[in-house]
Amino acid sequence: FICRYVHTYLSIFPGLPCLHLESALLKPGSNMFILVLGLLVGTSSPDMGTNHGKSPDSHNHGPQNQGNHTQSKKPFPVLSLGYDHVRLPFEISLWVLLASLMKLGFHLIPRLSSIVPESCLLIVVGLLVGGLIKLVGEIPPVLESKIFFLYLLPPIILDAGYFLPIRQFTENLGTILMFAVVGTLWNAFFVGGLLYGVCQLEGHRLVTVDLLSCLLFGSIISAVDPVAVLAVFEEIHINELLHILVFGESLLNDAVTVVLYHLFEEYSSVGSITVMDVFLGIVCFLVVSLGGIVVGAIYGILAAFTSRFTSHTRVIEPLFVFVYSYMAYLSAEVFHLSGIMALIACGAVMRPYVEANISHKSHTTIKYFLKMWSSVSDTLIFIFLGVSTVAGPHEWNWTFVMATLIFCLVARVLGVVGLTFVINKFRIIKLTSKDQFIIAYGGLRGAIAFSLVYLLKTEHFPMRNMFLTAIITVIFFTVFVQGMTIRPLVDLLAVKKKQETKRSINEEIHTQFLDHLLTGIEDICGHYGHHHWKDKLNRFNKKYVKKCLIAGERSKEPQLIAFYHKMEMKQAIELVESGGGAKLPSALPSTVSMQNIQPKKPPQDRALPQLSKAREEEIRKILRTNLQRTRQRLRSYNRHTLVADPYEDGWNELLIKRKKMMELEKKMNNYLTVPAPPPDSPTIARARLASDPQAWGLKSVTESIPTIKVDLASPQSPESVNVVDEFGKKGSQSKASKEEEGGLTMKVPSPTKQRKDKTADEDNDKEPQQRLMRCLSDPGPTAEEEDEDEAFLP
Amino acid sequence: KLRSPRVSIEQIKNLHNRFTYLTQDEDTLRREHLENISNLALNPIRRQIIEAFFDKRNMGEKEKGCLQEIGFEEFVTVLSFFRPPKPRTADEEMKNVKKEKLRFLFNMHDTDKDGIITLDEYRRVVEELLSSYETIGAETAKAISDAAMLEVASVTVGQMGPDEFYEGITFEQFMQILKDVEIETKMNIHFWNLDTRTMQCGK
Repeated sequence: FICRYVHTYLSIFPGLPCLHLESALLKPGSNMFILVLGLLVGTSSPDMGTNHGKSPDSHNHGPQNQGNHTQSKKPFPVLSLGYDHVRLPFEISLWVLLASLMKLGFHLIPRLSSIVPESCLLIVVGLLVGGLIKLVGEIPPVLESKIFFLYLLPPIILDAGYFLPIRQFTENLGTILMFAVVGTLWNAFFVGGLLYGVCQLEGHRLVTVDLLSCLLFGSIISAVDPVAVLAVFEEIHINELLHILVFGESLLNDAVTVVLYHLFEEYSSVGSITVMDVFLGIVCFLVVSLGGIVVGAIYGILAAFTSRFTSHTRVIEPLFVFVYSYMAYLSAEVFHLSGIMALIACGAVMRPYVEANISHKSHTTIKYFLKMWSSVSDTLIFIFLGVSTVAGPHEWNWTFVMATLIFCLVARVLGVVGLTFVINKFRIIKLTSKDQFIIAYGGLRGAIAFSLVYLLKTEHFPMRNMFLTAIITVIFFTVFVQGMTIRPLVDLLAVKKKQETKRSINEEIHTQFLDHLLTGIEDICGHYGHHHWKDKLNRFNKKYVKKCLIAGERSKEPQLIAFYHKMEMKQAIELVESGGGAKLPSALPSTVSMQNIQPKKPPQDRALPQLSKAREEEIRKILRTNLQRTRQRLRSYNRHTLVADPYEDGWNELLIKRKKMMELEKKMNNYLTVPAPPPDSPTIARARLASDPQAWGLKSVTESIPTIKVDLASPQSPESVNVVDEFGKKGSQSKASKEEEGGLTMKVPSPTKQRKDKTADEDNDKEPQQRLMRCLSDPGPTAEEEDEDEAFLP
Repeated sequence: KLRSPRVSIEQIKNLHNRFTYLTQDEDTLRREHLENISNLALNPIRRQIIEAFFDKRNMGEKEKGCLQEIGFEEFVTVLSFFRPPKPRTADEEMKNVKKEKLRFLFNMHDTDKDGIITLDEYRRVVEELLSSYETIGAETAKAISDAAMLEVASVTVGQMGPDEFYEGITFEQFMQILKDVEIETKMNIHFWNLDTRTMQCGK
């Protein structure tokens, strides 16, 4: 049916060969693919005359005459076709859809994605699509530079900048800067100069290429491309040091590229450069890079400050992050500063403060949106590279292209080796030759170079098409050959891979301890080194900056505690996701619990008659069943406000309450001879869970702790965490405390009886009590639940 | 005692200058001299750092105890724990370097010198780390150190019956839990490599 529909659709436009879609392969995935392709081809052909000049990224370049739509003197059209006004969004959506389906398809084919990196496959798809479009007789769309720089590139860079590992980045900053600035300059001049020499030697057609054009070409092609690097390196999982070196270099060389590009472009028409220009170029470089960073930092601080006030409108929190970052990029572009550096600076500056202010859900949203956008952008870029290759005007010249390729490779290797030799004198962790090889091999070129060449005007640069061909060849070579072979080479050379270790609390404690220790030693030696300044910056941050940019109590939270919370939260969610109980993914198969660690208390005089074990069991059972029975859904999900999350907003109160309840708990424990383990963090909880689920159930009976109930049946199960505030309303709390106090002071008589009565009373009290929960639409009471201790500190 | 020939004469000279500056031209260094360093006053773990300089265990001797004052030789000995390893160090030797540095850290935590870090000692470590934040109570430090201790026990010992008591972290266990933190590369002071002109000796 679908095929027939498309058939008729296409046949509306005369002059178009009808694609025989019925002869398509029968596999459903391919069918969809063919359909999308067909639609794409079909929509790219008809002429929408009115729209043609207006939309800059129109996918249609072919002048076809059309117009079967309007009819005169007909009865009222029940069903008519009005494609014009949705054309642009329609085509964009089709392209995005194609890109995403491609990505999907690759992972369905079993072994393909492990041999060939995605970027290669996407370029091949682009080639095919471009070929198809050309076959149909149309001009395929080209990767317009404006679209690329304004819409496709920012999401990728923002994603990289927001999640930049700051610690490793700053530790290796010197090395990265050396590679980015000096390395790129070296590459540019080496390639440009040698190419000029080759052009002069070659004679006839090439002799017209002057030095400045060659240098311009050299500077464009020498820049390592962040998109390509990310695409390839993400799949090979090498160790963090190498990753941050190559990736950092690809980000920071943008400033160099921008300056060189503008410098040579400006003066190529004039024909010569003076020393003054060079000097101004250096000043320009400083302005461009530092200016970009400053612009980014300003927007980052603004974003952090804004996020301080978003506690009542959590839903739009992610929007601030995105919009401020994009504005930073655009503002930098207005002044011809380095947009990439602005974006990185913005993301890196705002992240610690924004994350302290926003809700957990917003954090997840930001993460996923960034990943999604950057993924789509990435895919589209590679596909368009393929399509543009088919489309673009080419001028092949064996000498030039081959020379370019060889010089690029040679320049890269020489540059890396030379620079490493110098850098290793200043590094503690020296770069080995294996590292150098990977750094040199990982210098991939990509779409940025292509777009920059595309921006050149043919009037000023008569050899522009040749440049384009050469660049595409280099890009293809680096992405295909180097991209495909880097993975087996990494395995062959046994390069250290990324360690998938989770940070433990011990490591965090000791890392912080080490920081302070090293700062102290530096102070004793009187050496104002790396740690000294880092410590000063931290102190400044803590004293002034955090107070301004972080809302409420979190501004005073030490890093260790923030880390602890984060870890507990993660463990809680993990526990929930794994369904709790039997199969904990990372459960420690140990029976160690708090008892083993706490020094044994000396046996106290028990002036109280002991409870028989059976009695205690009974009490516990009653408490437990009553706890489990009550769950009420209070409010339904409201699009504008998520129900207030007690432990995000009522932070302090909760801490105080928890503290009180802990003390009560302790007192209660004194009465029970069967030692009830005190409420522990989920670390301990997990350990217990793995060993003894029954004990777990018993433990949760202690009603004084706010527990987290998870509704596993709810649609957003892993994220939906309901906080049961056990002592929400004063009623039972004061009663409990009173009884407890009473029990303690009296010390003698039948605390058991009292206890039993009390618990019975309390249970009755509990039922009608409102429990504060964060609710999402609830399909109904669930059969099983997970009780868990609140994942935060007392 | 300084086993490495890489330590240049000039670096020793600079350190000696610093030593004399700290002791105000006396022969031996005492605790008060170190406490007078103004920058150190802001450091949350300054007491432990100062103690480390007077700890006999760090001087390579088998005995335990504290010295009251140290000479220049001991000063440099302690500082040599922060020497970066040579670039082409064999794996075996790297392990030794790591062990030495971890031993230094361990000694800093083990204040009663019994070879085990007990829960109390660990708690004190965490409390000191958090001491610069006034709003954090002792309960919090306790919770963190409890969780950390439990983790150590779970990872190193594994199975324990409900009645067994976990004494504390031994040195082997300490090495085990910190094996992923690359101590040999992190616990270094740059100045052993850099031009000593950057040291503010005597200023």
